[in-house]
Amino acid sequence: MNDSVDVLIIGAGASGAAVAWSLADTRMHILCLEQGGWMNPANYPSTGRDWEARAFGDYSPSPNIRARPEDYPINDDNSPIKVVNFNGVGGGTVMYTAHFPRMHPSDFRVKRLDGVAEDWPIDYDTLVPFFEENDRMMGVSGLAGDPGVPPRNPPMPPLPLGRSGTMLGKAVNRLGWHWWPSDTTVATVDYEGRSRCINLGHCTPACAAGAKASTDITYWPAARRSGVELRTHCRVREITTNEHGMAAGVVYYDADGVEQFQAAEVVVLACNGVGTPRLLLNSASGRFPNGLANSTGLVGKNLMFHPYAQVYGYVAEETDSNRAPPTCLWSKEFYETDRSRGFVRGYTFQFGRGVGPVVEAVASEAKGLLPWGTGHHTAFRRLNGHRLGLSAICEDLPEEHNRVTLDPVLKDSHDIPAPRIDYRIGENTARMMEHGIARAKEILAAAEATDICVNSPILYGGWHLLGTARMGTDPARSVVNEWGRSHDVKNLFIVDGSLFVTSGGVNPTSTIQALALYIADQMKQRLANLFD
Amino acid sequence: MSADSLLTPAQRDDLRAIAGVIIPASAEFDVPGADDPAIQADILATLGRDTSLVREALDELARLAGRQPLASLDPARREAVALELRAKGGAAVGTLTRVVVQCYYRDDRVVRSLGLEPRPPYPKGYVLEDGDWSLLDPVRARPPMWRRT
Repeated sequence: MNDSVDVLIIGAGASGAAVAWSLADTRMHILCLEQGGWMNPANYPSTGRDWEARAFGDYSPSPNIRARPEDYPINDDNSPIKVVNFNGVGGGTVMYTAHFPRMHPSDFRVKRLDGVAEDWPIDYDTLVPFFEENDRMMGVSGLAGDPGVPPRNPPMPPLPLGRSGTMLGKAVNRLGWHWWPSDTTVATVDYEGRSRCINLGHCTPACAAGAKASTDITYWPAARRSGVELRTHCRVREITTNEHGMAAGVVYYDADGVEQFQAAEVVVLACNGVGTPRLLLNSASGRFPNGLANSTGLVGKNLMFHPYAQVYGYVAEETDSNRAPPTCLWSKEFYETDRSRGFVRGYTFQFGRGVGPVVEAVASEAKGLLPWGTGHHTAFRRLNGHRLGLSAICEDLPEEHNRVTLDPVLKDSHDIPAPRIDYRIGENTARMMEHGIARAKEILAAAEATDICVNSPILYGGWHLLGTARMGTDPARSVVNEWGRSHDVKNLFIVDGSLFVTSGGVNPTSTIQALALYIADQMKQRLANLFD
Repeated sequence: MSADSLLTPAQRDDLRAIAGVIIPASAEFDVPGADDPAIQADILATLGRDTSLVREALDELARLAGRQPLASLDPARREAVALELRAKGGAAVGTLTRVVVQCYYRDDRVVRSLGLEPRPPYPKGYVLEDGDWSLLDPVRARPPMWRRT
C-alpha cells in the first residue's frame, strides 16, 4: 500500500513538469507518475550513423510506428492526420522542433472578434507573467521587437539566420510581407547548465547535446531538488472516486507490471489532448457512467490538431540543409482575421532550413522527383542540400464531431482500452490551408525555387493535441473551470492541451506550459478552500 | 533471428538486384550502386521492423518477374519490371525503397561523394553562418500587426 500523497500528477511532459515545479514551493507531498522512463541522450539518434533512419523506426514521431514499451497504440485510421507524441520523462518536449511562439491576444477572443467558436475564460494578459516565467525556465532564444506579436524579451539571442534564413528573408521581403526569426527553446548561449547549440541539426527527435529544452533537463531537475517525487514506468489505468464523488487516487501498473493503488488528495492530469480524455473515459464508474468529469459529454470532443500545409522547393544555392536547427523563421502576415481571404482566423508560416540526404532521397523518390536508374545521381545532387520550405500552421476550430473515444477492440500492453480518433478537416480550415499553399508558392517563387512540392495536410503531423477537456465558466459548455478544476470533481485538475478552447495558429507548447503555471498559481492562492 | 535469415536466398538476390536498379553505380560520380556488398550487408543487418513489408515487396517483385530471378532478366525486361513495381506503390514498395536509400546514403563513399563528412552529427556539430540581419530592417519599420483585445 502506497502512502497517500497531497498532489498526484499524471504525466511528466510539458505541463506536468511545469505544474510539479510550481507546486513544489508549497512543500506538499507531490508525486508524478509517468508511463515512460528517463531518456538517455547517449542513445539519441544524432549520435549514430543511422541518425536519419531512426526517424522511421524507434524514433518515429508516431507511437504506432515507434511502438516502444512506453507507448500506447492509437487507432487513427479515421483521420487524415495521424497522432504523433512521445512518452517518457519530458513527454512531447523530447520530440518537438522547439518552435516556441505564444498564442496571440486575439486567440482568446475568437467569438467576440470573429463570431466563431467560443471565447476563453482567461485572456492573454493573465498569462503574460507565466509566459515570462516559462521562457526563463525553458530557456527561450529569440529577438525582441517583432511587430507581428506582442512585446516579449527572450532571455537568449536568436539562432543565426544562416543561408536558408537569409534566402527566405530576401524572398519574403520581395513580397513585402512579415517575417522574423522564430522564438525557440534551443539555447544559443550556455544557459542554466545547458550547453549552447552546436548545430547537430537533428533537433526534433531529441537533442544529444542538451541544447534543446525538454522538461527532463529544465523543469524536472529543479522540481526534484525541491522534493517532488517522480515515479517512472508507471502507467495509470483509471482514476477512482470516493463516496463523496471526489477523486480518491489512481490505479496504475508499476515498472514490474504489478497493479498498485495510489491515494491522493488532489489529482492533476497532464497527459495531453489524447491521453487525458482517454484516462477520463477509462475512469467510468457507477457514479460517473460516461467517464469522469464528463457530465457534459464534452470529454474527448472538440479535438483540434493544427493541420499543416507544407510546401517546399529547390534553389540553385546550397541551403543550411540538416546542418542547423530546423527552426528558422516565422511569418505572421496571415495570422489575424481578414475576411477578404475567404476564411476567419489565420495561420503562422514556419520556415525550415532543409533536410538531410536520407530524408531528401526518401521524400523526393516518393514525389517522383528522383528517378530510379540512370539519372538518379545527377537528380539527387541537384536536390540534396538545396531544399527550402515552409508550413502554414493553420488554426483548427473546435467541432464536436472531431473527437477522442475509447476503441472497442484496441488495447495497450496493460490491456487498457486505447484511444480512437475520429477527425476531419473543417471547411474554414481547408480554405485557410489552400490560402497558405498559394502564399507559400509565392514565397518560393520569389526565392526562385523550382520543383514545388506540397504535403497538405502533413500525414504524420498531429503534434498538437488540443481541446478535448476545455476550460470555461459555464459547467454546461466546459469540462474544467477557468483555473483548471473539474466542474464535476472538485479535487481533479487538468493542465495540458486538453484545456484549449480554441487552438490559435501556433505551436502550443509555450501556451500549454504558461497555462499549467497559471493553474498551479491559482491552486496555491486557493489552498485553504481549493475544493469549495 | 537476424533479418538476414528472414529473407530467402532468392529474396536476397532480388533485393540486391532491385537495389542496383534503383541506384546503379556511377563512374561519373565515383560511387557504388546500392547493390554493393557493403551496402547490402547494411540493409540486411538493419532491416528489423521493416522485414515483413520488404518481404511483401519482394514477393510482388517476384510475381512481376514471372518468378524468375530479377538479375537473370535482360536489362530491358529488368527495368520494365522495376518500373512496374514502382508504379504499384503502396507501403511495401515504399518501405523497400526507403531501406535501400537510407543505407545507401549513409555509406562513407557515397556521403563523401556528396561533399559531406561521413560522421554522425554528434558530437562535432556544424557551423551555421550568421546571415544578413539587415534584411530585417523593413520588417522592423512596420507598425504592430497583432490585434489588441
